[in-house]
Amino acid sequence: MLVLEDVYTHYGKIEALHGVSVEVRAGEIVALIGANGAGKTTLLMTVCGNPQASSGRILLEGRDITRRPTAEIMRSGISIVPEGRRVFPGLTVEENLYMGGFFNERADNERGIGRVYELFPRLKERGHQRAGTMSGGEQQMLAIGRALMSKPRLMILDEPSLGLAPLVIRQIFEIIAQLRDDGITVFLVEQNAHQALHLADRGYVLETGRVRLQDTGLNLLANPDVQNAYLGG
Amino acid sequence: MMAQSFRHALFCGVITLIIAWPILGLKLVAEGTSITVRGADAFTWAAVAVAAVVVFTFQLFRDRLMGRLEVLQALNPLANREPLPDAKRIRLENIGMVLLIAVALVWPFLVSRGSVDLATLVLIYIMLALGLNVVVGLAGLLDLGYVAFYAVGAYTFALLSSYWGVSFWMALPIGALLAALFGLVLGFPVLRLRGDYLAIVTLGFGEIIRILLNNWTSLTGGPNGIGGIPDPTLFGMEFGRRVRGEGNVSFHETFGIPYSSEHKVIFLYLIALVLAVFTALVIRRLMRMPVGRSWEALREDEIAARSLGLSRTGVKLSAFTIGAFFAGFAGTVFASKQGFISPESFVFLESAIILAIVVLGGMGSQLGVILAAIAVTILPELAREFAEYRMLIFGAAMVLMMVWRPQGLLPMRRRHIKLKGV
Repeated sequence: MLVLEDVYTHYGKIEALHGVSVEVRAGEIVALIGANGAGKTTLLMTVCGNPQASSGRILLEGRDITRRPTAEIMRSGISIVPEGRRVFPGLTVEENLYMGGFFNERADNERGIGRVYELFPRLKERGHQRAGTMSGGEQQMLAIGRALMSKPRLMILDEPSLGLAPLVIRQIFEIIAQLRDDGITVFLVEQNAHQALHLADRGYVLETGRVRLQDTGLNLLANPDVQNAYLGG
Repeated sequence: MMAQSFRHALFCGVITLIIAWPILGLKLVAEGTSITVRGADAFTWAAVAVAAVVVFTFQLFRDRLMGRLEVLQALNPLANREPLPDAKRIRLENIGMVLLIAVALVWPFLVSRGSVDLATLVLIYIMLALGLNVVVGLAGLLDLGYVAFYAVGAYTFALLSSYWGVSFWMALPIGALLAALFGLVLGFPVLRLRGDYLAIVTLGFGEIIRILLNNWTSLTGGPNGIGGIPDPTLFGMEFGRRVRGEGNVSFHETFGIPYSSEHKVIFLYLIALVLAVFTALVIRRLMRMPVGRSWEALREDEIAARSLGLSRTGVKLSAFTIGAFFAGFAGTVFASKQGFISPESFVFLESAIILAIVVLGGMGSQLGVILAAIAVTILPELAREFAEYRMLIFGAAMVLMMVWRPQGLLPMRRRHIKLKGV
């Protein structure tokens, strides 16, 4: 589905990723964990082409997207739930969802919004409310719903549990599991390593711009190094 | 608390003295070839002192005084009122628009020539403000050099007519398209900029155009400007006493009515009205189209908009280009109305006034912007008697407006998208 081959990324002269190789296979949930500043978000941004990788290759469903512009990448079957949710605060829930399906036919969007409302009944209640006035959890649901609108085959989630109450986090993770059951491949970036690895089929541990470990989610959970570094011993 | 507000009040009083003393208290007097500085008379000194005391007292009791102003809020019948339901509000707005247009249509036949002329100017500002509203209000790009596109439109017509005798109707689309092209060209370098930086670059661009027009004497006549810009014609009919263009006939002879200079003024007004309505309708339509929603999305959150596959380049350029297009429109009408243009008409103050109209009207709201354009253009004319204090009154009005109604006269409330069957 998504393959990164020996990717290097630079911010100006600073090298942020030092030859990262990651593979996300179709139908999987793959978790990427790591401490602050390990390069998790940089890796995601590189996939989106902003900044572009300075060397290495990124393949999406076999097609090389390394040098494609961001707007084109984001229209080719990927969608991203950005860090901090980033819903459009002044638009209503429904308009936010509509923006997610910006390049779709109108009829597709009506069906799409119906599907999102089934997944998140809470959003239906709030359909005409301005997104900025909702709680963090609701906004996160909206961000996921918006990302679903473009009918992605691969969904990337950047820190979906950030700043949410434990109960809400559990809900969000249940939804992510459901996305996989619906046939969407999920690439999950999380600091909340415990829950992420529980859910994920496989996981990668990123440390200062390099992949330190990769294994199945459960094996990583059991790994003493991971337990020490990311799971609080 | 008290000590703090006393310090603050003292500071304000001293500042008042520092500012007022050199401006009002010192006078330059020419004696022969030399200039000497003289102190002002006792009355001025007393006035400066009184002003300082007033400022001091006001600042000392500011909180209490401003608290009293709540009374004003209560007097405002619109305050604390429930917002109208969407459908009702839209109907009211539509009725308002229709009424405005109806009044605008009969207006020139009821009032004096001077008023019609002023109304034409109002319409030009309406076009400008509606265009800038796209850039600032909808797309959220702060453009301080908007007047440059206005100048491009005006100079396009002036130059085309003086070098090749191109008529108003030919120049109108050319001027608008050329202005749009300038918008596109300016758009490219500023794409990466946001907020303050964007404002600075556009400000610079506005000045570059003005200075270019001022110094390229061989082409534009520099500060002398370009005169003799022809009036628009109606199907080959001219409005002057004598026919100037080849193959044209005159309006009053065709209809067998006596010549009157008012015909031309009214005709120009009607053209401006049609173009202003056209501008409003086109932009209204665009706001509901995907491109309009993409402007708003980019204004709300650039990163989110890009993550949905919107191209930042495309969205910003479209806003800049469309805004510039309508400024070019307005510029062509302006050149035709004045018959003479010079770089002096396109100074930064114009950009500032147009921006003020957009902000006062309520960013993004069309009816609000139209009302604000009328107010901002007509108020200084009404206050002609206080000519010297016009800018002072203007400034005070702006400050009061920002204190009491920071969201503008009629803040934008978008028509929400509703889906069927969900």
